Amino acid sequence: MDSRVVFGAVVLSLMVVLAVVVPWFAPATTTDIGDVLATRLVSPFGRDSLGHWHVLGTDAFGRDLFVRLWVGARISLAVAVAGSALSGAIGIALGAVAGWSGGWIDRIIASAGDALLAIPRLVLLLVIAALWGPGLWVVIVVLGLTGWMAVMRLVRAEVQVVRGLSYVEGADALGVPSPRVLARHVLPNAVGSATVAITLGIGNAIVLESGLSFLGLGVQPPTASWGNMIAGGREWLLTAPWIALAPGVLLIATVVACTMLGEGLSEQRASRARSTEPQPDDVSADRQVHAGA
Amino acid sequence: MRRFSLRVFDALVLLWLVVTFTFALIHLAPGDPATLLVAPTATADEAARLRAQLGLDAALPVQYVRWVGGVLRGDLGESLTRAMPVTRVIAEALPVSLFLGGVSVLLTFVVGTLLGVWQALRARRLVDRVLSVLGTVLYSAPSFWLALALVTVFTSGMVWLEAPAWLRLPAFGMQDPGAAVPSWGDRWRHAVLPLIVLSVPGIAGVTRYARQSFRDAALAPHVTSAVARGLPTPRVEWHHIVRNALTPLVVLFGLTLPGVIAGSVFVEQVFAWPGLGRTMITAIAGRDYPVVLGLTLVYAAAVILSNLLADVLLWWLDPRQRDARPA
Repeated sequence: MDSRVVFGAVVLSLMVVLAVVVPWFAPATTTDIGDVLATRLVSPFGRDSLGHWHVLGTDAFGRDLFVRLWVGARISLAVAVAGSALSGAIGIALGAVAGWSGGWIDRIIASAGDALLAIPRLVLLLVIAALWGPGLWVVIVVLGLTGWMAVMRLVRAEVQVVRGLSYVEGADALGVPSPRVLARHVLPNAVGSATVAITLGIGNAIVLESGLSFLGLGVQPPTASWGNMIAGGREWLLTAPWIALAPGVLLIATVVACTMLGEGLSEQRASRARSTEPQPDDVSADRQVHAGA
Repeated sequence: MRRFSLRVFDALVLLWLVVTFTFALIHLAPGDPATLLVAPTATADEAARLRAQLGLDAALPVQYVRWVGGVLRGDLGESLTRAMPVTRVIAEALPVSLFLGGVSVLLTFVVGTLLGVWQALRARRLVDRVLSVLGTVLYSAPSFWLALALVTVFTSGMVWLEAPAWLRLPAFGMQDPGAAVPSWGDRWRHAVLPLIVLSVPGIAGVTRYARQSFRDAALAPHVTSAVARGLPTPRVEWHHIVRNALTPLVVLFGLTLPGVIAGSVFVEQVFAWPGLGRTMITAIAGRDYPVVLGLTLVYAAAVILSNLLADVLLWWLDPRQRDARPA
């Protein structure tokens, strides 16, 4: 087992567990806005004037920052995972269709992907979020619609390779219908590389969601997300920098964990494939395209 | 040469696709721009007049032909919130972004390549590992967070540390508010933090790539043969490894640009520099669709052109690429 895979998996599992558990057990006084004047802007490890202790202090509305970080983690992680899953599904479907049918269908799908790649993803997200109005569901759908290109290319390449192999021809000759050949004999080969690309994409999606929310075009307060928490803390940067900086630390940790996990998995696959067959594409090359937020 | 003209043709087709796509986007969006522009008290008559004035009453194919024709003539329409053509809005903001982006791309490649090669020469030692981890962390950091963190450190942080005054850097703006005559010294002082934030993720990416590329090049048979012939190490490093390792970096030129563009949106927003990114955010907030679409086109054109440029440079630098079959 690659140590990066272990590290990434452990950190991400810990994140998910804490995101589920912490808000669950947190008393209402830490999440609700109560006596604002008595509880606001407490510094880390400090006590508010009601005598409650706060590990990371409180924000401008007197909410406990540590608890709110994990409330935000729920949204940030869920949005990123849902967005990446959607883009993965679109990418696999389009890649399978393009690689399987070839000809003009292939050309249309491939050029649509190229055209979308030519526009920086953040700009695409901004434009669409602006036209359709900001919100949780818009962010998820938009992340899905703008992130499928890498997966599509991988699956397309894999399908093109496998399509020519003799066992596929054999299934074809036996009269197995095309959709079934595609689903049962061709696509399972592409799932591995697609999973790696989707894992790497989750890190990207978290950064992009936080960027949109930071600009006020993503998740809207009072719903907490790491991006809008950073935006909310910006006003207090000089007097209470922990409000804006703490969510970023968690965010970076999550993205690093996703990157490690994705890279570790991709290398495992590459070393396994070296003994069997050549890889159609290299996922780590796609990582060079910076998420840009 | 055939390969080259094919690439140019591909780039043109891609540009056309992007132009079409931006047109589709605005017409797929719910509502139409005219309803946002007319006052709530306007009569149906006035609304219709505004629609006609904006050309929104024509059939979709007609509007499409007008849009493509306009783009070909370099006419991107009128800004809805500022009474001037979109091209002028863009032209006014362009120098700021070109300054930030240009210096940042230069920094990214020079610092990134040097660091990468330096790191490759120390591969698997402690410095190499520490730099790799640091690179991954910085590469993952969202630029707006990095910007806020640096502002904290270089304003209140430096006061708290009682650091000398020159280490306290301005947190936003392009020049001191009181300055009557803009001076370059002052401009650079204000540019330090934005440039760091804009370049750091790129530097981390290029360093990583350069390190790998250098390590791969060092494993080539001709390097082993050069070492076996007893050539001095520095000569092998520079003549046999570095030259081969650097050519693939050219490809990165096209890949870093989207990151720089996206980064500039946040950097200009946080540091209040009136460039393209900030214009974009302002236009989105004001629902100024022509400006938003115009900027999207400019960004796409920049990305497509830089990819083309990277291709041409690679073709020119690496003779092996010329014999490769057209992709």
